[in-house]
Amino acid sequence: MSGSDVFDEMWGSDTRLREPYRDFHDWFDQEDPRRLRAKQREAEELFRLTGITFNVYGKAEAEERLIPFDIIPRIISGPEWARLSRGIEQRVRAINAFLHDIYHKQEIVKAGRIPEEMIRRNDAFLPHMIGVTPPGGVYTHIVGVDLVRTGPGEFFVLEDNARTPSGVSYMLENRETMLRMFPELFSQNRVRPVQTYPFDLRRSLAACAPGCAASDPVVAVLTPGIYNSAYFEHAFLADQMGVELVEGHDLRVVDGRVAMRTTKGYKPIDVLYRRVDDEFLDPLNFNPDSTLGVPGIMDVYRAGGITIANAPGTGIADDKAIYSYMPEIVEFYTGERPILQNVQTWRCSEPDALGYVLDNLHELVVKEVHGSGGYGMLIGPTASRKEIAAFRRKLKARPGNYIAQPTLSLSTVPIFSRAGLAPRHVDLRPFVLVSPGNINVTPGGLTRVALKKGSLVVNSSQGGGTKDTWVLED
Amino acid sequence: MLGKTANGLFWMSRYLERAENTARLIETGQRIALTRLGDDAREWASILQSAGSYPAFMDAHEEVTKEAAINWMLRDRDNPASIRTCIEAARQNARLVRTAITGESWEAINAAYMSADASLARKVTERDLSEVLQRMRQGTALVRGMILGTMMRNEIFDFLRIGTFLERADYTARIIDVKYYVLLPSINAVGSMIDNVHWESILRAVSGRGGFRMEYGAGGGPREIVHFLVLDKRMPRSLAFCVSKIEDNLRYLDPEGHSPSLRMVRDLKTRYLAHDVSAIFDYGLHEFIQSVLSALGDVAAQIERDFRFYE
Repeated sequence: MSGSDVFDEMWGSDTRLREPYRDFHDWFDQEDPRRLRAKQREAEELFRLTGITFNVYGKAEAEERLIPFDIIPRIISGPEWARLSRGIEQRVRAINAFLHDIYHKQEIVKAGRIPEEMIRRNDAFLPHMIGVTPPGGVYTHIVGVDLVRTGPGEFFVLEDNARTPSGVSYMLENRETMLRMFPELFSQNRVRPVQTYPFDLRRSLAACAPGCAASDPVVAVLTPGIYNSAYFEHAFLADQMGVELVEGHDLRVVDGRVAMRTTKGYKPIDVLYRRVDDEFLDPLNFNPDSTLGVPGIMDVYRAGGITIANAPGTGIADDKAIYSYMPEIVEFYTGERPILQNVQTWRCSEPDALGYVLDNLHELVVKEVHGSGGYGMLIGPTASRKEIAAFRRKLKARPGNYIAQPTLSLSTVPIFSRAGLAPRHVDLRPFVLVSPGNINVTPGGLTRVALKKGSLVVNSSQGGGTKDTWVLED
Repeated sequence: MLGKTANGLFWMSRYLERAENTARLIETGQRIALTRLGDDAREWASILQSAGSYPAFMDAHEEVTKEAAINWMLRDRDNPASIRTCIEAARQNARLVRTAITGESWEAINAAYMSADASLARKVTERDLSEVLQRMRQGTALVRGMILGTMMRNEIFDFLRIGTFLERADYTARIIDVKYYVLLPSINAVGSMIDNVHWESILRAVSGRGGFRMEYGAGGGPREIVHFLVLDKRMPRSLAFCVSKIEDNLRYLDPEGHSPSLRMVRDLKTRYLAHDVSAIFDYGLHEFIQSVLSALGDVAAQIERDFRFYE
């Protein structure tokens, strides 16, 4: 891929400064690089002191690491955002309709738009949810849609995170840090605020409370515990919402409700924002070895005694094989053409597709259907011959486990490097809140950036960093 | 509030208090070593006993040396009362209760942890010792300041206070116990030089030298010291002071006064802290302290049950 093919969010495809970056660039030009470097270090100190760290899996001692933060914001214009958020809203609406359908009448299967086995034989399909309608009809209370950009108007959805999307605390802390360090930037630029997210989240969750809930529903965040990689975020959100942060062993089923052990006895919870995977949610109904969940919570849930956010079984909607059907899904449930494009996807379960993928491995990105975090994937253009050969064997052994996509030329945004501004590839994860009759896309999101020159892997577990994301007022 | 959170708050403040007390003990030991009046090894052994970790120390070491004792108390991860272990444990508990404490309090604990992490990564030389200890104590003092200055006076605060004062009472009692023989009325009514050093080290270990002097001027012997450390209600590290704070905070948690732990504390007060100092000596100083220590342990266990820390 040659450099000139890459769309840069600041400079476009050539060297003319793009409009949304004009004021920022004026400011940057007048800044002393030494001051900015000092500010960059200050930002890191700030992150370390507030404890915005993530734990790294697979280390003997739970090591806490900082996700590198880059001070150059990613800026999105008002009109660009308007289109994006319409597209996201449409997609999230379709996902909720799809989830309701496949756990009830399965009209989309009957209409022949999705093969039945895609659902029936899918690991993420949860039979316990058949015939269950969650309170308010909402399945995905919180969604994080991963977007990439390849040109001025070309945005693609890479992934719909409909289980327990993470990263929103970085969206908030990155903004907080920028506000503390460069307040002048926010007087010069009309950046739409993101800070109401925790408040919106609480209100949105409360609006999804079950019928038996108190008038001011009791909300709690369920975390796997302090050794989980995202523990900071769980504590952060509970703190910002002003609700309890609970673990499985704080909870038990009491009189048909899920209740938390307080200093004054057990108190029922109305809405549980769980950051624990389906499989670990209930040792009686799912993985019997799980100590992270609550025995019997699924029975309470199915009887309408609690709202679980996101609903169990939503994983089927962000499964990478189902992803390839998203254009059909959007059309089927909304009757509209999708506003946001899907990335072309080859399902390796299909013989023709598999043949094509095997012939073109050096050009494609191949991903595990259920993988995440950038693990277990092949990036053809940057992989060695040996890596490709090894992957070819894995692919042949279990083709149904993989999908392939073309290597997209992700857009870049400059980072503030030692040598000044240097372009690096980015993606974008906006966050969406869903409550009955309401879909709310927070204007901003998490911009992840691959800090290594030329790298396309933005995951924090693989050396990615983050940036503040600005959506400008129209 | 969650039972787990109450537990985390309780232990967070206990560990902070313990870290500080361990720092005081090291300072005291170092001070005695410098006066060269006592037997070095024996003094450090008694310091280790005060810290409650003499047996664990002897499991890991052949003999008591000053260097080993200091390293053990300062930074050994096998020692549950080392400053490093305590600050790490305090921070771990603070992470657990992150949503209950103010951002300022959390940042202060995190800063204390980062400073301990940096200062205690390697063996501390004698030359740097006092500076490192001072840094540790400043770190925990800042946490206390942030808690006092920014936290609501509600049940969260009550559990923090209960943890602090239980740990402190326990520590003061152990200081007296390890040195009780020095405090027994002796035939030489006026203390010898050696006695004076020991008495001073007891007071130093509870930051009580200034207060004692204010009360008793140049005078004051074992009897006065015992009164000061056990019964003086204005001395912020005395048993009477700590126990009355525990009682106050338990009462805030349970205004109707039904909780068994509150009744136990009141009972402890009337049985052991309502008499004068002669009664303590009549009872036997060692026996008295042992009874108080065991009563404090019972109170702590009852608080765990009353407020559902675990179950």
